[in-house]
Amino acid sequence: MAINLTPKELERELRERSPDAERMIRSLQNCDRRHFLKVTARFAAMVAAAGVIQPQSFQLVNVANAAPAPGENPEVLFRFAYISDSHLFARGMTHRFAKGLIKAVDDVNAIDPQPDFILYGGDLAQLGRADELMLGQQILSGLKAPVKMMVGEHDWFLDMGAKWREMFGPDVYSFDHKGVHFVVLNSVQEEDFWTAKGYTPEQRMNIVAGLDDARQSRFEVGEEQRDWLAKDLAKVDKKTPVIVFSHSPLYKYYEPWNFWTKDAEQVQALLFPFETVTVIHGHTHQLLTNRIKNISFHGMLSTAWPWPYAPQGLPEYTVQMFRSDPFNQFDGLGDGTVDVLEGGAANKHYALWNRNPRTVSYADLAKNTLVGPRGHAGPSY
Amino acid sequence: MTARSIAWVAALGAAALAGYAGLAGMRSGEGEPWASRVVYACDQRKAVIVEGVRSDEKLPPAKAQRVADLLTDLMRYCKEEITATIALDETITVEANGRVFHDYVPGGPLPIAKVSFGEPTPREEQIWKAELDKLVAEGDRLFHSDEIGTNGVACAMCHPNASNTHPETYPKFQTQLKKVALLRDMVNWCILNPLEGPELAENDPKMKALEAYILASRRGVALEAGKH
Repeated sequence: MAINLTPKELERELRERSPDAERMIRSLQNCDRRHFLKVTARFAAMVAAAGVIQPQSFQLVNVANAAPAPGENPEVLFRFAYISDSHLFARGMTHRFAKGLIKAVDDVNAIDPQPDFILYGGDLAQLGRADELMLGQQILSGLKAPVKMMVGEHDWFLDMGAKWREMFGPDVYSFDHKGVHFVVLNSVQEEDFWTAKGYTPEQRMNIVAGLDDARQSRFEVGEEQRDWLAKDLAKVDKKTPVIVFSHSPLYKYYEPWNFWTKDAEQVQALLFPFETVTVIHGHTHQLLTNRIKNISFHGMLSTAWPWPYAPQGLPEYTVQMFRSDPFNQFDGLGDGTVDVLEGGAANKHYALWNRNPRTVSYADLAKNTLVGPRGHAGPSY
Repeated sequence: MTARSIAWVAALGAAALAGYAGLAGMRSGEGEPWASRVVYACDQRKAVIVEGVRSDEKLPPAKAQRVADLLTDLMRYCKEEITATIALDETITVEANGRVFHDYVPGGPLPIAKVSFGEPTPREEQIWKAELDKLVAEGDRLFHSDEIGTNGVACAMCHPNASNTHPETYPKFQTQLKKVALLRDMVNWCILNPLEGPELAENDPKMKALEAYILASRRGVALEAGKH
């Protein structure tokens, strides 16, 4: 039997083989994310029972295929959710990007039980304007769980974060939650490229907003913040799990698009002494996984638009997502959750709105047993 | 007298002499300085006179290859009329624009042919590049600007450096449109949908500029029409 059945072919196949199939297929068509896994599991079981090979589109997505050994399946201590990169224009609630954020808020509000808190991953605004940030604040105010805010470059470079900080508080801070030390960084600092050229604040913002605009500098955490981080971490026991939120990835992926942090190595060096470190970052709008020594890195999905993988530098730990369908506004977008496990490691969950959810588990990341369509010749570039 | 008429005269003269040689019962013109055969390039503007071969005689394979190579070499000078002579001693003389160059080495310089329509001068190359860059830059600007659409969205938001546009795969059956699409059809789809803008006419200068930018950004990528 052909492995790549189309959904239509699969439907026909199942109708012939199973009396329950029709009801199941109907339930799948209008299923929300909360019920998705349950339904998918039942569906998969039925597919297996019917002797039909699972097609890609309905596969239970288990990014990792290795069975967890004893002691490798620790309890979930707590869960937090994330929403990121909404890039709002102040063009009302019916603008496509506003719709994306509203969808994410509804999605996260439907998680049961509710997460302990929600990380907003930066780039709430598109051009850093007060009306954009206010629209974002208004939509985010619908969230049931408390929100931790992080700043992105689109929020920052119009007024160097003045409005954002007035509305949401400090851009750099740390807090402790259930035995885990959390650090929120502002990793989108850029060396001054505007003064010498005489750019206005609007020009500066527009340049930074252009991902491929080479007139800007590269992102960095900067010396001042690194000093703060060193002092902050000095108070923390090395056995305490550390989770860092940064807007840009705290490693070097692709410089021309600022998928990059210039002083990433220096920041990593501050994190190496800790036993378990997880970095959750935004900016890249794609499924993205990396691991450097003790540090696991996970990207967040955007609610506005997906980005293709860069032509070079993709970490080998990343199981790529096939290029998104432009004809579906929400394809490649979503939100997600992070399960913090006993011992402080984290399983990263991508709640994709138009695709099967994906989980990148710590156990498999640590063993590098992730499997996926690696070797596919650049699904998107 | 143009190069071409010189070549023809030479060819006719060679034919007459070859006829005489034939009467004398000679089997080959090899070594006979009065025998010659003219070979034209496909543009009818480049001619090679091969001395020592009669006009009705097949060129020996090595000689024929040498002639073909020389003609190919001279085709660098697009519209110039050039006549080259391969002498009995294998030296090459080139006549172009009324000037004669002795001991020409194929691949070597022919300065006179660069005056116009020939091998481009640095100035000509600069002009061509500037004109191309102008169109590509306009496409680049539009691609990164919100003026194509109405809702603030720009092409480059989803396609930094025109990535993920894969223009080299068009035309192809665009499954979502259920028909064969060209790059411009997808450009218009994006303008209509994510950008909520008005469709561009296919010959709209903005469409041309956008196509120019997208295609120029994929320089060096092999064409793969129909690839999904």
